[in-house]
Amino acid sequence: MGVHGRGGMFVREITVRQAINEAITEEMTRDSNVFIMGEDIAQYGGSLKVTGGLYDKFGPDRVRNTPLSESAIVGSAIGASMLDTRPIAEITYFDFVGVSMDQIMNQAAKWQYMTGGRVQLPLVLRTQGGGYRGNGAQHSQSLEAIFTHIPGLVVVMPSSPFDFKGLLKSAIRDNNPVLFIEHKMLYNVKGKVPSEDYFIPFGCADIKREGTDVTVVATSYMVKLVMDMADELNNQGINIEVIDPRTLNPFDFETVKKSVEKTHRLVVVNEAHKTCSFAREVSARVVEEMFSELDAPVLTVGALDVPIPYAKSLEDYVLPDKQRIMDAIKKVMKY
Amino acid sequence: MEKNITTETYCNLYRSMKNIRYFEEAIQTLYKKNEIRGSAHLYIGEEAIAAGICETLDKEDYILSTHRGHGHSIGKGLDPKYMMAELLGKEHGYCKGKGGSMHIGDSKEGILCSNGIVGGGMPISVGAALSVKLHKKDNVIICFFGDGAVCQGNFHESMNMAAVWKLPIIFVCENNQWAISTNTKDTVAAKDVADLAKAYGMKSVIIDGNDILKVYETALEMRDEVIKNQGPVFIEAKTYRLSGHYAGDSEIYRTKEEILEAWKDEPIIRFEEWIANNRPELIEKFKEIEQECRLEIDEAVKFALEDSDPPVSTALEDVFTYGSAWERRDVCERNYGKTGN
Repeated sequence: MGVHGRGGMFVREITVRQAINEAITEEMTRDSNVFIMGEDIAQYGGSLKVTGGLYDKFGPDRVRNTPLSESAIVGSAIGASMLDTRPIAEITYFDFVGVSMDQIMNQAAKWQYMTGGRVQLPLVLRTQGGGYRGNGAQHSQSLEAIFTHIPGLVVVMPSSPFDFKGLLKSAIRDNNPVLFIEHKMLYNVKGKVPSEDYFIPFGCADIKREGTDVTVVATSYMVKLVMDMADELNNQGINIEVIDPRTLNPFDFETVKKSVEKTHRLVVVNEAHKTCSFAREVSARVVEEMFSELDAPVLTVGALDVPIPYAKSLEDYVLPDKQRIMDAIKKVMKY
Repeated sequence: MEKNITTETYCNLYRSMKNIRYFEEAIQTLYKKNEIRGSAHLYIGEEAIAAGICETLDKEDYILSTHRGHGHSIGKGLDPKYMMAELLGKEHGYCKGKGGSMHIGDSKEGILCSNGIVGGGMPISVGAALSVKLHKKDNVIICFFGDGAVCQGNFHESMNMAAVWKLPIIFVCENNQWAISTNTKDTVAAKDVADLAKAYGMKSVIIDGNDILKVYETALEMRDEVIKNQGPVFIEAKTYRLSGHYAGDSEIYRTKEEILEAWKDEPIIRFEEWIANNRPELIEKFKEIEQECRLEIDEAVKFALEDSDPPVSTALEDVFTYGSAWERRDVCERNYGKTGN
């Protein structure tokens, strides 16, 4: 294992959706103990259209449609992982984890520790969150901070096709419960992905753009928003460094630290509600551990603290947008 | 029916029940001496169910247990010495002192987990059985749970999924009539819990859970049934929780008379009486077994009391298993569990 950055032989461009499908296909081909399960994932190809073609290739035993029973989906993934299989379970919307919360926080996150390592849980729980699509308050949330708060879960949240594929392959081969969070706005995003086998390790942030003036830490779809405005900011004389942690647990604080030691300014952008968000966690940690390095207060950008509304005008107002992120970056530059 | 049971099986069943009983009695004593932290849920009066069912199992049949789980672990063959060390929070306990009374699990020993969340193990049993089925093995998963779990959504999700997927599970409801202080008749709408299994198309039986031979024979039949027909079955074993919900429970919700009445029906004395009437030649052997069990549990207590506390450095271990995806493990560990240092 060990492709850290963006090296390698790039021969083609594929979407995030294709990258996920390829990762699952390759790992299921390699290891007959890997199987997938979830609502509507078989012949239909999944509500997220990520698992198309897998049913025809691997058959009904290894590509399993489940009842609408999120607790039993997560629980059965746990049980199967305890006995020599490597399940990948899909929870159609991140919001539905509420239905299976006990199985995630009291079961998946706990068994390795509570048994002193006598039980292992090599399982991946794939889900899809985020807004910007008018799906309303029960289908648009970014709940990652709930799970980074619970020790025992690897939390992966990639932003590019390359990262999606490399991290999902690592997740499937890893022996821990992994929560793999996709974003509905990223599925059609294209990017370069090598055709040969590669893996991205956990706890390894990626510097998406090098810069000197402000460190911008962003996750998931926010990485795309930030990258899309980087040139414009540069033209205005602000050279940002963009860091994507890629995994939130384990979290690569070292890379953030080194960057802030260079820029002395930090903005953290996530889509989740600001209160108790992962952005606030990064902010708090930088302030606790390296206050003297800072030339300006750390600013965070996130959704306003209301449920995600349906109407476009309201959703646009509540979720982070280009203007709000730019304002924050310009504000820390003024100090 | 009992005529096919071998002498060895009679002895195993008795040994298992006596070990469980002495283990639980030892816990009562240790609890009063403040040697046990938190709470310990005792299995006194229900020994026949764990002993009878586990006696029918292969090494590769796995069980899932509950918060009232010591009996299941002993029945499955776990060493009381390391179990007791775990209950006392010691270094050589099964879970290195990280689990305690409610969380003994060891996939190598055939027990996947003992769950502190009522009904929480039921969906996990479904996945374990799915694994057995995918690997085409002739094994079964035993899912133990109490009458309290019947009221959980997990009960219904799990029974449905197991039935739809035709998975090799024996669901064993230990109906001890009490969920902490609330009686089953006030919480379960069905007349018998076993009736609910019929709605999922499962073969279900109701048995006297204090009759060790009945439990053993039913488990044998049901195990065969599961392997032959590939699908889940359901046993409701009626019993009575002779001890409080946990060691030290005030038990103000039931009368002393009710408990004394129930003691007359407890499974160990019933088995001893049955042996005296039907296999008197085994009485002496049973006395030997009784002494051996007492000695084994005494030694387990001694071992646990003398064992050392787990070193504090181990508190940060076993959260994750480090494989090749953790090639920057040093960085991950520096960040893990030490945030804010």
